[in-house]
Amino acid sequence: MRNEMHLQFSALSQNESFARVTVAAFVAQLDPTLDELTEIKTVVSEAVTNAIIHGYENDPSGVVYISVIIEGHTVHLTIRDHGKGIENVEEARQPLFTTKPELERSGMGFTIMENFMDEVNIYSKVNEGTTVELIKHLTKSKALCN
Amino acid sequence: MSLSIQLEVKQHVLLVRLAGELDHHTAEQLRAEMTDVLERERIKAIVLNLNELTFMDSSGLGVILGRYKQIQRIGGEMVVCSVSPSIKRLFDMSGLFKIIRLEVNEQYALQTLGVA
Repeated sequence: MRNEMHLQFSALSQNESFARVTVAAFVAQLDPTLDELTEIKTVVSEAVTNAIIHGYENDPSGVVYISVIIEGHTVHLTIRDHGKGIENVEEARQPLFTTKPELERSGMGFTIMENFMDEVNIYSKVNEGTTVELIKHLTKSKALCN
Repeated sequence: MSLSIQLEVKQHVLLVRLAGELDHHTAEQLRAEMTDVLERERIKAIVLNLNELTFMDSSGLGVILGRYKQIQRIGGEMVVCSVSPSIKRLFDMSGLFKIIRLEVNEQYALQTLGVA
C-alpha cells in the first residue's frame, strides 16, 4: 500500500524535534524496529538542522518542507528548503566537512544520513535551495525473527 | 521533549548528567551551562553521563567536541559513560572515541579520575 504525508514549518530550531517525532509517528505504521525508527529520526534531524542553519542561516521566515512516502516496506523521505543552496555538494558530503566550525558543527550530518539510509541524493542550486532525498528499505516481517 | 542538564562539581571533575534530547536546539544550552562552570571553577576533567539521553544527532557530537577542545586546552580530559548503542554508533562514526574515553558507568568513570 502507498501512503504519503507532507509537512511544512518555519525554519526554527524548536521545530527540529517536532519534525523528527512527526515523521517517526507516520512511519510507525510500517512497524519498523526501534533501531530503524531511531535512524529515521536522526536523519530527519540532520537534514532539517542543515536547512535551518545552512539553507536559511537561521532566518525564521524560511520554510522547511518534508514529504514522506511509504510504499511496501520502503520509506522515501524528502527534505527541501528554498535557502541559499550548497556550492559544492561533493565537498559537503565529506565526513567532518563544515562551513561553520565556529558554530561547533561536527560536519557529520551527511555522513550519518549515508550510514543510516540506503540511498541519499542531494540536489542543490545556489540561491535556489536544497532538496535531500533519503530512501530506506525497512526489514520485512519481524514476526519471522521472533 | 527537551534536554535536562544536571551539573555537579566533584573536586576537580565536572560531572554532567544529560536527560532527554540533545540536538541543535538544545546544544546551545549545554554549551553555555558547561562553559560557565569551566570558566569559573578549576576543572581538570569532564564526565558526561548519557544514561538518560534518549536522542542525539550530529549537533550533539559538535557540542561535545567543543567542550573536549575546551578542557584539552587546559590539559584536562573528557570521559563519557552509560552510552546507549544508538548514540555509541554516532561516536564511532565520527571517531570521537579516539580522543574521548568511554567508560561503562558514572561510578567507574569517576573512580578512574580519582574521585570516589
